[in-house]
Amino acid sequence: MNRTTEYPAPDCDKVLLVQAELDGELDAAQAAALEAHRATCPICQAAQTQLLRARALVRVEAYETTPDDVRARVMARLRQVAPEPAAAARGTARGRARGWAWLRGPGFGFGLGAACAAAVSLLVLLPGGSDLAEAVVAGHIRALQPGHLEDVASTDQHTVKPWFDGRINFAPPVKDFAAQGFPLKGGRLDYLDDRPVAALVYQRDKHIINLYVWPAAAATPHLAADRTIRGYNVVHWVADGMNFWAVSDVERNQLDDFAALWRMP
Amino acid sequence: MPPSSRDDTFERVVLPHLDAAYNLARWLMRDRESAEDVLQEAMVRALTYFASFKGVNPRAWLLQIVRNTAYGSLALHRGVETVPLAGESDEPIAAELVSADDNPELALLRSREARQVRELIAGLPVELRETLVLREFEEFSYKEIADATQTPIGTVMSRLWRARQLLAQAAAAEGLP
Repeated sequence: MNRTTEYPAPDCDKVLLVQAELDGELDAAQAAALEAHRATCPICQAAQTQLLRARALVRVEAYETTPDDVRARVMARLRQVAPEPAAAARGTARGRARGWAWLRGPGFGFGLGAACAAAVSLLVLLPGGSDLAEAVVAGHIRALQPGHLEDVASTDQHTVKPWFDGRINFAPPVKDFAAQGFPLKGGRLDYLDDRPVAALVYQRDKHIINLYVWPAAAATPHLAADRTIRGYNVVHWVADGMNFWAVSDVERNQLDDFAALWRMP
Repeated sequence: MPPSSRDDTFERVVLPHLDAAYNLARWLMRDRESAEDVLQEAMVRALTYFASFKGVNPRAWLLQIVRNTAYGSLALHRGVETVPLAGESDEPIAAELVSADDNPELALLRSREARQVRELIAGLPVELRETLVLREFEEFSYKEIADATQTPIGTVMSRLWRARQLLAQAAAAEGLP
């Protein structure tokens, strides 16, 4: 090891080894050799005493955890600066890029108070979002019961979209991603967040994806934290004034791909 | 859903080390406000550069960012007194220790002692302070400290020795047990 002496060197050149032993940096053979030396070296014995004393002193000092308000402000700042997924994905692993999603979560407008509430558990999302995510999963499971999946069974978005006319007081966007491996299967009415919502049904191989759509209270577009509840993956985002909740038992990356397709302009 | 597909997010990789980042910022900066500024800036940098992080030690990586940010901030405010964490005598740290102990007298003694130690550490030159903090509070290996501070291991060892020596001497001078 290169001894750089920007401070006065210890009086015995083994002192730093005494320290290294206390810091757990020596292997057994080195420690044994040092032990033999220390038994006859008063300088190293004194050094050991001093080092133990310094260590005991420092142990008095408690480790300070980040105060909640500081944590909340950091999280808010991170959300504010989180890059667009497209930018994040450029030249990086896709899985890593997907990791930005949680940050962009509730949007900056979500604000400090809510961020404080979320500070304890970063995965808590959206005001009431946890319950809603549960409800989304429950709705998905319910829909998988025989005969419950679609009220209108059609792979044609131009059939599915008009079907909602007159059944709900908004016009949900309907897209088909058959070419990308997520064919539209149909749609139905469902009930979430104390209101009727549009449910679009997609298929991915043998798996079903339910996409719930209804008007968002806040128009701020964002992609919220995604979650896994009882084995089902959930992704939520807001775009074009609509809430979107996608839920499925497909793998997380596939569901994220599905969400990414939807979010493409 | 293989859990591995979600293992490399900023949230999972970097955020668990927020406390470590906060602590280092607290130790390097002169007050809570500038420590928080450094923490914010460092976390934003970490988020920005996370895509290119290929290492296996995110904590060391994050703390290196905190350290560089802190040094940048200290350089910006050159001439400003940078040391005294000391003087923030009514720090909640004392209250924490009090509440952790059932014996009020002993607790008071300990909290006073803790404050003294904190002031002693805060009084160390910054390069000794950071080395000591990384070793004692973050339990970094010499190699990790060398990486985080971009310093040869030999220098890490001599700084650590010097820091502990100064600390033990100062404590003896102040009559700490």
